[in-house]
Amino acid sequence: MREQDPQARAKNFEEVACGYDLKDALRESDRCMLCPDEPCIAGCPVGINIPGFIEKIGEKNFRAAYDILTDTNLLPSICGRVCPQETQCEGVCTVGESLEPVAIGRLERFIGDTAIKEGWVNIPYIEPARFKVGVVGSGPAGMACAADMAKAGCDVTVYEAFHQPGGVLRYGIPDFRLPNEVIDAEINNLRKLGVKFECNTLVGRLFTIEQMIDEMGFHSVFVGVGAGYPTMLGIPGDSLNGVLSANELLTRCNLMRAKEFPNFDTPLPLGHRVAVVGAGNTAMDAMRVSLRLGADKVYCIYRRSRKEAPARAEEVHHAEQEGIEFHWLTNPVAVLDDGKGSARGMRCIRMELGEPDDSGRRRPVPVAGSEFDFETDLIVYAIGTNANPIMGQTSKLKLNKWGYIGTDENLATSVAGVFAGGDIVTGAATVIEAMGAGRKAARSMKAYLGIRDSKLPYISQGVDGAGRLFGIDVRERNFARIRVA
Amino acid sequence: MSDFKLVKREDFSDVTYLLEVEHPMMAKAAHPGQFVIVMLHEHGERIPLTIADFDRNKGTITLVIQAVGKTTREMQQACQVGTGLYGMVGPMGIPSPISHAKKVVCVGGGLGVAPVYPQARAFKEAGAYVIGVLGFRNKSLIFWEDKFRACCDEFIVCTDDGSAGIKGLVTEGIKQAIARHADIDEVVAIGPPIMMKGCAEATRPHQIKTMVSLNPLMVDGTGMCGGCRVKLGDKVKFACVDGPDFDGHLVDFDDLMTRLRRYTKEERMALDHWEKSCRMQKEIELASAAATSPARASAVKR
Repeated sequence: MREQDPQARAKNFEEVACGYDLKDALRESDRCMLCPDEPCIAGCPVGINIPGFIEKIGEKNFRAAYDILTDTNLLPSICGRVCPQETQCEGVCTVGESLEPVAIGRLERFIGDTAIKEGWVNIPYIEPARFKVGVVGSGPAGMACAADMAKAGCDVTVYEAFHQPGGVLRYGIPDFRLPNEVIDAEINNLRKLGVKFECNTLVGRLFTIEQMIDEMGFHSVFVGVGAGYPTMLGIPGDSLNGVLSANELLTRCNLMRAKEFPNFDTPLPLGHRVAVVGAGNTAMDAMRVSLRLGADKVYCIYRRSRKEAPARAEEVHHAEQEGIEFHWLTNPVAVLDDGKGSARGMRCIRMELGEPDDSGRRRPVPVAGSEFDFETDLIVYAIGTNANPIMGQTSKLKLNKWGYIGTDENLATSVAGVFAGGDIVTGAATVIEAMGAGRKAARSMKAYLGIRDSKLPYISQGVDGAGRLFGIDVRERNFARIRVA
Repeated sequence: MSDFKLVKREDFSDVTYLLEVEHPMMAKAAHPGQFVIVMLHEHGERIPLTIADFDRNKGTITLVIQAVGKTTREMQQACQVGTGLYGMVGPMGIPSPISHAKKVVCVGGGLGVAPVYPQARAFKEAGAYVIGVLGFRNKSLIFWEDKFRACCDEFIVCTDDGSAGIKGLVTEGIKQAIARHADIDEVVAIGPPIMMKGCAEATRPHQIKTMVSLNPLMVDGTGMCGGCRVKLGDKVKFACVDGPDFDGHLVDFDDLMTRLRRYTKEERMALDHWEKSCRMQKEIELASAAATSPARASAVKR
């Protein structure tokens, strides 16, 4: 796919990958063999009918392709840009066994963007279900759950603490990977489905989850508040001026538009020589944002090797192209003080890979005597996050020992009617996994509320005890209405 | 987007002003010690402001603000009765632990007077003997004296220049209170970090539990950026979700004060930029007034 030239794009926030045009899309869709195995569908965390929509692209029936896509995934423009396809659909593609896999993500993005341009939106007829559902958090998990519950006819309200919805899509992922216009367009589609977004609402403090069920008339609640509490290294100099978490850098830059200071009021920590610790997607975002903000040099400090880096392959590749200097197998030891409370540099030690640890990855061990100092004026920590503590502080939801919300296999929490999914349950993961969790929770919530999915054949679950008579479900013996969605 | 309408505005001095904002849900949920994060307009920054008072019947919360930087100065100009805010979220932070202390000294320094008021009131309602110590630079800056007298059993005012009450800082007032009462259980001190540090040092030799309310720079206020991290003994805590109240004897105030200065250059730039645009705005207004009324224009020329 056409991409902006690395030298040019390191100075702007426009999208790096320019997207397919019609010719590219048709050519790429031809490469799909529509093989009988369809491993790509199983490889997708939400089970999109991938061969189905690619076939429609081949027939130049883009509206039909959009219909098939949005049957399972209501946010194609977002997923097409940020899913790690190389470990999901494209990673198991049949064509990929001998050649480059079919560029499924790019085709998804092509359809999603075409839909935004043409103003398509799929609003099926929705039978109102008289259930009120609350969603806490307007990130990918909350958005996916809200979409499904709205399609089931529920009256859905999504609560967001920030002044704009989108969650990590808005504050975490920079414009050059996921433009804000795309997020706005997808959120508007949800509004057209009837979903209400209430920003500036901090659930847990303004009102609690329990109040939502007991006093505010919600029949079921989904909690998707994320796991944004950043981890600090815990080395000397952590709290010096010039050391910040990747979340802070990205929130200032993406959500608060600090890159346009002083037209936007939030200030920006401007670094000339920036060191980012970590090699996940957040670290890549932080590095590439720093470059675009005007840094002369940007370093990546990661204690394992390039092979173990958790970031999406395309992001590491783009970062390398843009001239970021990678220091693999390097671990920070201390942040050096300039005597006035600010960071002037970092002391690191070289590492080598030893035995595997319990995550299966080879554990890095320091090489004695290999300490070295280098100059930096801005240090960004992108080494992971923990659960957001507010839910634990303000509700009776049972947490596990790491502070994440405990759920069963149906994503139900310890409070009846309350379900949870995404990072707050699993720890920091990807957008598509959060969306998958949102959809899974929606299925459980529909079962909890008694909304039957009209597509599934009706198999009587029965109600124990008084609900059955001679093994026959009571509902089968009368003409009382069964709610259908 | 909700409005967050202003229903009352009061100016205590040329830098300190009070805003009462309509938000029935927040008024019901607010507790002493909590704060809000406010955005004036879409281009604005997010700033934390302590909830100085809340009226559950009227459905309003009250903020007392000091105009020190670009945003607070702009709010001082723009926030009149009937206007609204672009964003306001809260109540944030863990509510102040109103302990079972039987005798409490509530200390407010300058602007800290406002956020300490709901705590003093809560302690009184819990049955404690409350000694209020308020500090101002001079007599003309004093506000809310009557509100404090209503909920304090003893009331001490300190002014830097001696124009009212004791001459000296609030630490003088604390020392007097400690001298008079040997059985003080707790001290609550809110104000500029240097003042809170002084209060903590004043009580440390007497080993009186001292709670302070920290005011680091914040962005989100929900515990996801770590910008508000403070050092507490050998631990690191986030003031927005682990505070804002902490044990004053464990807080590293020097670290807090250093971190509060990390954007001084940008703050200066923002203020200059805004003052320049205010001046330009004024000149444009004068010019257009002169253009539209020739009689006035000739009067101006004279």
